[in-house]
Amino acid sequence: MPTTLSARNVSHRFGNVVALENVSVDVAAGQATALVGESGSGKTTLLRCFNRLIEPGRGDILVGDKNVRTESAVLLRRGMGYVQQHGGLLPHWRVLRNVALVPVLLERSDAQDEAREALELVGLPAAQFASRFPHELSGGQRQRVALARSIAARPGVILLDEPFGALDAISRSELQQVFDDLRRRLSVTTLLVTHDLAEAGRLAEQVVVMRNGRVEQRGSMRDLVHAPANDYVAQLIERARAGMEALAS
Amino acid sequence: MIRLGQVLVVFWALASSDAGNALTEDYRLPADRELLMATGQGSNRSVIVASKPFGESYLLAEMFAQLLESRGFNVERRPGLGATEIAFAALRTGAIDVYPEYTGTGLIAILHDTLPDSVAADPRAVFAHVYRRFEDSYHTRWLPPLGFENTYAIAVTKTTANRFHLRTLSDLARESPHLTAGFTADFIGRSDGLVGLSRIYGLKPRTVRPLAPAVKYQALASGAVDVIDGYSTDGLLARYDLVTLIDDRHFFPPYEAAALVSQQLEHDLPAAIAVLTLLSGRLDVQTMRQLNRRIEVDGEDVKVVAADELRAVGLVGGKTSMTRSANSAQQSSFWRYLWDRRATIFSLTMRHLLLVAIALAAAVIVAVPLGLGLERARRVAEATIGALGVLQTIPSIALLAFMIPLLGVGVTPALIALWLYALYPIARGTYTGVRDADPDAVAAAEALGTTPRQRLLWVRLPLAAPVIMAGIRTAAVITVGAATLAAFIGAGGLGEPIVAGLALADTRMILSGALPAAALALAVDGLLAIVERLVTPAHRRQRLWQRRETGASPRGAAA
Repeated sequence: MPTTLSARNVSHRFGNVVALENVSVDVAAGQATALVGESGSGKTTLLRCFNRLIEPGRGDILVGDKNVRTESAVLLRRGMGYVQQHGGLLPHWRVLRNVALVPVLLERSDAQDEAREALELVGLPAAQFASRFPHELSGGQRQRVALARSIAARPGVILLDEPFGALDAISRSELQQVFDDLRRRLSVTTLLVTHDLAEAGRLAEQVVVMRNGRVEQRGSMRDLVHAPANDYVAQLIERARAGMEALAS
Repeated sequence: MIRLGQVLVVFWALASSDAGNALTEDYRLPADRELLMATGQGSNRSVIVASKPFGESYLLAEMFAQLLESRGFNVERRPGLGATEIAFAALRTGAIDVYPEYTGTGLIAILHDTLPDSVAADPRAVFAHVYRRFEDSYHTRWLPPLGFENTYAIAVTKTTANRFHLRTLSDLARESPHLTAGFTADFIGRSDGLVGLSRIYGLKPRTVRPLAPAVKYQALASGAVDVIDGYSTDGLLARYDLVTLIDDRHFFPPYEAAALVSQQLEHDLPAAIAVLTLLSGRLDVQTMRQLNRRIEVDGEDVKVVAADELRAVGLVGGKTSMTRSANSAQQSSFWRYLWDRRATIFSLTMRHLLLVAIALAAAVIVAVPLGLGLERARRVAEATIGALGVLQTIPSIALLAFMIPLLGVGVTPALIALWLYALYPIARGTYTGVRDADPDAVAAAEALGTTPRQRLLWVRLPLAAPVIMAGIRTAAVITVGAATLAAFIGAGGLGEPIVAGLALADTRMILSGALPAAALALAVDGLLAIVERLVTPAHRRQRLWQRRETGASPRGAAA
């Protein structure tokens, strides 16, 4: 079941450093939202508030109609997929066992089958890959396994933190395609952190530009391009465009 | 034989009463009838006979032991207890029953008493003094002296003596700024050693080198040092043709050798005391020099020499084996020697292994959870592990010595010292291993809803296992080595022949402990290497295996 996500007036500090300042973001059920910004903009901090890896100082985080503060962190996390930049596969577990992690945690009787199915969904034939160790895979394959692991238990929400950031351009483009198909097919609510505006535009209905812990603008990519809220957003778009043109010429 | 011994003891008693003082009363020699009953028949309690780690002490203790055994007592031997402090602490706490001690050592190193010169020069007066003071302060008993003195002999080569015109210690003090001294560590630190010599004579050698007893004569003969401290009964004094300098200011007190016995032994087995007293007055300086020479220079077995002497003084029956044993000691090869001692070496090895196994197991039980706990309390982790590291810097022998006032001697303090040494590498390995276990994997496992316990058991521990095992391996090898020092506090093991061999300058004996200890270290290391491999996570094991099989990087093949 796809679920809505909302952050309401969320603020957080690490010591004296402001990480989030009165941030509000809503993600509709089954939709994808991308958090875009430079390092230190607070985008990852916000993402990590949703599965309680970070407890924000102020404000509320809602998953569906539940405030995460009242939920068990462990159970909450089992209900949400998660992919990080360096896949974080358990190196001593074979691929199938890695993918079956959340189904096993949920004590599903068909955990292995769910894992096999998830592998097929990300384009890795189970027969070929199930019994390999992560180090026997390429970087792109490893990230596909991480993706399979995040959706194996069919969560309503998936959180991705720079999931394709460490890949070469070709694998990256391939994996973006795999992911876009997947999340539409499963109609899973998606929150994606990226520093790449083009990736955000390609994968998400809504883009949230963050800077120094604040939201600069939120809207569709089209909104951002046609009506940047301020100079910072305009500059960001200009730079992305310059990149594309350099590629074309 | 008992009859003859009896007669001799009575003779000794008469001789000492000739001195016309109250000592005979203090000695409280057993009456004839008691002596006749003096056997160990029917008693289950063993008499624990100990020695300090030098040749003469081994020999005297062995004579005590064989004498007691010949009268039907069960004897346990604890040879080579660290030094005076350790041996005496053991006696006071009842960990041992008897060991040979010297009155001068008792006076100065244990009692720290200074006597008026007139008293200090008289052996009988000194004996009477230590006898009373030990009974009052420590409830331990000096048996009547064995009959010889073994004082410090400050020795130089004839060449040095002639060149610097050395005859007395005053001469030596005069020339000392030109001389290098090689003294035993014991002598350097003791108030009846270098400290006192400097005070009384103004002795100030240019350099003082601490030397092990086993090497000091060679060091002097080779010219590496100019003056050494020996004992007047050392067999090596004669061998190297050395000059013993005269104590012209009577600094050294009399060092009469005697058996020092515990209160428990007196209480439990008065008959054993009576038997030990049979040796009183039976050994003179010439005899002792000869016996010491046999064990220190000729390399004869202490057991054989002790047995010979007991027969020679008529306390034990049978024929002397002197010539035969001397020959066989010279002729047999080292491997033959090891082979002949295989049963002993095997039992010492087993005991060694047991010490190591218990200490190591206890350390694993404590240090692994400690390392895991510290990973969750990183603020105090480095400080805690650092503190364990400081323990590592305490020399083993010092740590063992610290244990004695708390735990006496024997197996318990040895185990605790070994345990303390083993904690650091294991705690360090566990902490580092768990802390550094693939942070991405740990973070992902957390984000996907594992509990801390699941992360520990499924991710951290399996990934840290090789590092933890490496720590345990290090600890095991350290423990095998450190356990050889356990012999200094009477815990037995392969250190026993090492300590004895050092004291007797017997290389074969040292090797008969050192080689099995080295082999044991290698075996333990090898065994734990296999365990380490078994606990290595599957992916790393397979990678090694594949590399060997194909010679190609599996990652390259898959990419």
